[in-house]
Amino acid sequence: MDILTLFVVIPVLTITGILFLKDTKQVRVISAIGMGIQLIMAGVLVFLYLSARNAGNTDEMLFIKDYLWFSSLNIHYAIGVDGISVAMISLTSLVVFAGIFASWEVEFLTKEFFVSLILLATGVFGFFISIDLFTMFLFYELAVIPMYLLIGIWGSGPKEYSAMKLTLMLMGGSALILLGLLGIYFNSAPDGGQFTFNLLEISKVTIPISAQRLFFPLTFVGFGVLGALFPFHTWSPDGHASAPTAVSMLHAGVLMKLGGYGAFRVAIFLMPEAASELNWIFIILTSISVVYGAFGAIAQKDLKYINAYSSVSHCGLVLFAVLMMNQTALNGAVIQMISHGLMTALFFALIGMLYGRTHTRMINQMGGLMKVIPFLSVAYVIAGLASLGLPGLSGFVAEMTIFVGAFQHTDIFHRVVTIVAVSSIVITAVYILRVVAILLLGPTTDEHHKHLTDAKWFERVSVVTLIGSVAGIGLAPYWLSTMIGNSLHPIVEKILAVNPF
Amino acid sequence: MSLESFLIMRHELLLTAAVLIVLMAEIFGNPASKKSLITFTIVIFGLITATGFLPSAEGELFGGMYLSTASRLVMKNILNIGVLLVFIQSADWLRRDENAEKITEYFILLISTLIGMNFMISAGHFLMFYIGLELATIPIAALAAFDRYKNHSAEAGIKLILISALSSGILLYGLSMIYGTTGSLYFKEVAEIFSDQGLQILGFIFFFTGMAFKISIVPFHLWTADVYEGAPINITSYLSVISKGAAVFIFIIILFTVFPMIIETWQKAIYVTSVLTMTIGNLFAIRQLNLKRFLAFSSISQAGYILLGFIGGNELGLASVIYYVLVYIFSNLGAFGVVMAVSNATGKENIEDYNGLYQTNPGVSLIMTLALFSLAGIPPVAGFFGKFFLFAAAAEKGFYMLVLIAVLNTIISLYYYLLIVKAMFLIKNDTPLEKFKSGFYTKLGLGLCVAGIAVVGFASIIFEMIRHLSFGI
Repeated sequence: MDILTLFVVIPVLTITGILFLKDTKQVRVISAIGMGIQLIMAGVLVFLYLSARNAGNTDEMLFIKDYLWFSSLNIHYAIGVDGISVAMISLTSLVVFAGIFASWEVEFLTKEFFVSLILLATGVFGFFISIDLFTMFLFYELAVIPMYLLIGIWGSGPKEYSAMKLTLMLMGGSALILLGLLGIYFNSAPDGGQFTFNLLEISKVTIPISAQRLFFPLTFVGFGVLGALFPFHTWSPDGHASAPTAVSMLHAGVLMKLGGYGAFRVAIFLMPEAASELNWIFIILTSISVVYGAFGAIAQKDLKYINAYSSVSHCGLVLFAVLMMNQTALNGAVIQMISHGLMTALFFALIGMLYGRTHTRMINQMGGLMKVIPFLSVAYVIAGLASLGLPGLSGFVAEMTIFVGAFQHTDIFHRVVTIVAVSSIVITAVYILRVVAILLLGPTTDEHHKHLTDAKWFERVSVVTLIGSVAGIGLAPYWLSTMIGNSLHPIVEKILAVNPF
Repeated sequence: MSLESFLIMRHELLLTAAVLIVLMAEIFGNPASKKSLITFTIVIFGLITATGFLPSAEGELFGGMYLSTASRLVMKNILNIGVLLVFIQSADWLRRDENAEKITEYFILLISTLIGMNFMISAGHFLMFYIGLELATIPIAALAAFDRYKNHSAEAGIKLILISALSSGILLYGLSMIYGTTGSLYFKEVAEIFSDQGLQILGFIFFFTGMAFKISIVPFHLWTADVYEGAPINITSYLSVISKGAAVFIFIIILFTVFPMIIETWQKAIYVTSVLTMTIGNLFAIRQLNLKRFLAFSSISQAGYILLGFIGGNELGLASVIYYVLVYIFSNLGAFGVVMAVSNATGKENIEDYNGLYQTNPGVSLIMTLALFSLAGIPPVAGFFGKFFLFAAAAEKGFYMLVLIAVLNTIISLYYYLLIVKAMFLIKNDTPLEKFKSGFYTKLGLGLCVAGIAVVGFASIIFEMIRHLSFGI
């Protein structure tokens, strides 16, 4: 079996294993082992990928396997990865691994919880390895639907409402994607010949511009819903606030990246002509996402809402960068996806841990936690600093690259929106520092909070894994950005052919 | 006509033989061991279903009134599978003492309707089609009134027979105009002569309306919910799956073979009714409290999706319709199977009775979820593939707007399917239905549905086979 299919098979085997277990302890251990193997596999994949590239392999995608599935519609199970997907797969396995440890103490219906969580992960992995649009879409929906049960059963607050809202909005997005994919398919052979769902083959032809004008907005908005594109972001705050810890981590950390990745891999890559015509609309919308999300975060008192709005802002930045359509900005977009994925997963993990101790998520009900639980507090500060883009952590590398890329456009429109988007950095600093000050510094306000215990071993595993990765990217961004940059060349070439800005 | 040529009619002849055998068993069998007749009939019917898959010759009989082609055989086999499932699912219900008297009637009537459907599907002439249609409808009305001491059930029977009579009348009126203007009732001859003259179009509209009643397309759907609610659940599931499937099959055959000349006319009709059927079916389903009514409206909206396969008039459309009916049989019978199991064990049929069902009966809750996801078209279960191919068939001919309406409708449908999932999994309930054990046949029926839902999608060979056979209806 090839290495990429293993990324789908291992989670499925883990799920099968869990189904046969009775004891909740064993369920946790098996999940951790399964996702641990997945993490190791991701490491192996990065190694294999880099060594293949160093050996001089310049194919657009590596490890390609292609099996015919439905011959009458030319649907294949086709897989392959480039640097971008390798990076996303690594991110996913990190976050899932950390997520398993962050949900170590789930007591209610433990087995079902881990099954749904890993099912979600299966969908995400499958999405990133697919190069056939049909299988990609199949995995995409597979990743979305377990969210309903995960939020609805194990969530908090108005969980039924949030779960329904999130599921329907995301499935609404995927409905638009489905239509877009069918449109792409039936226009994938403008010069005659067989239609195809294969990304690489479609990218070699030019889809008729009239079709592009129709299907580019559909696919972009469809993926944009998951990427928190304004005004389709409203599921995000409610959904994240109601979701249990590991689900928020996975959802903000990984699932929202499916939106960014899809918008870029499918919408922009396959339909660059329409993208360069219509991107101004979406640039405006994403700029609103970026700034509005940041302001939204300032206004909130609930830690999860703060982080959810901050995710809207940061994921908006991903889409913003994707729409800039040049090498630097796209590079930044991918790094931002990874950086935000790790950082926000760390945030949500920490919020979950704080909530488990203080039983509140309201910042005005907490204070002075630094003295009581130093490990978690320091971790929170690190996450915060990464979020506001402090040099030395991953956020800085990402945002810097994006804004440099955006500023390469010399016209007034792009300059203005870039300046507007840059202002979000300042706003981010405001809400991050405000939370840190109220939450961690100062005197301990609540008597009960003086006797809290610091992180347990499994929580430390989760936190250290994520912090290590955030700092790793921040200190040594070069290997990541080279890996991504090389893979971006063929994509950017196709885009620049129509849009030399 | 040689004896071998009768082998072409294998399906119908075997079913007729089955009816006679069951009748003999009733007359000469030991009245005390009447319940063993259930197993006996199911085994016989299973054998018939299996022999249906043996290779068969194509051909025509009775001077072209009866046609047998590969794709029509597939349709018959699909219906056989569905009926077999219905039989298995109703076995435990028939075993009850109050139904013991009526076991034979049940089987004979159901198999008779199936014979009618088979003749209808094989029709090459409007009269053959009409006879098949009537044979397929009238026994059902008797079955709807099966619980004859219940007012609801009797009402369902009456409503069904009245509506059938009305729609058959409309249909016949249309056929008479078609005959009057073309001078023939043979499909082939009508197809050659038919054009878009006023009277012919009028005849077509009456025909279309008649069929719309049978498939319960909006605005001819109002009888559905009442009948579905009143009839015993297994009859409801039969009506919503088998009867609807058979009507869909013959409708697409006639549209594609008899009326290809006026494709632009019927495309408009299909477009409008499809949008109405999906939307209204979905919107009404949201408000339902009774699961049978709920599934009735859900099945109305499913018919709307199926019409998307009609609209292109293309091969992919035909294949996807046949395939979707197969998927729909497994999904809908899965959902009905659970409702039936719960209703048999506890007598509860309302959605709120399902609150917290997962706590006590995780098995049926999971099956229900799987079936509902398949109806909603969520991957990786069969329904997703079925819907995808239907949408692809419409998109192939450029009906993107219609596909957009359809995909938005799937979101509405997802909402109300999730309401059931919510009831079973999310809502906390201190007094959920107590744990119950189902009989062997109920388990077998549900198991087969789950297997179908899981396999029919992934196994691409099934779709490809249907696709290859659907050249030349």
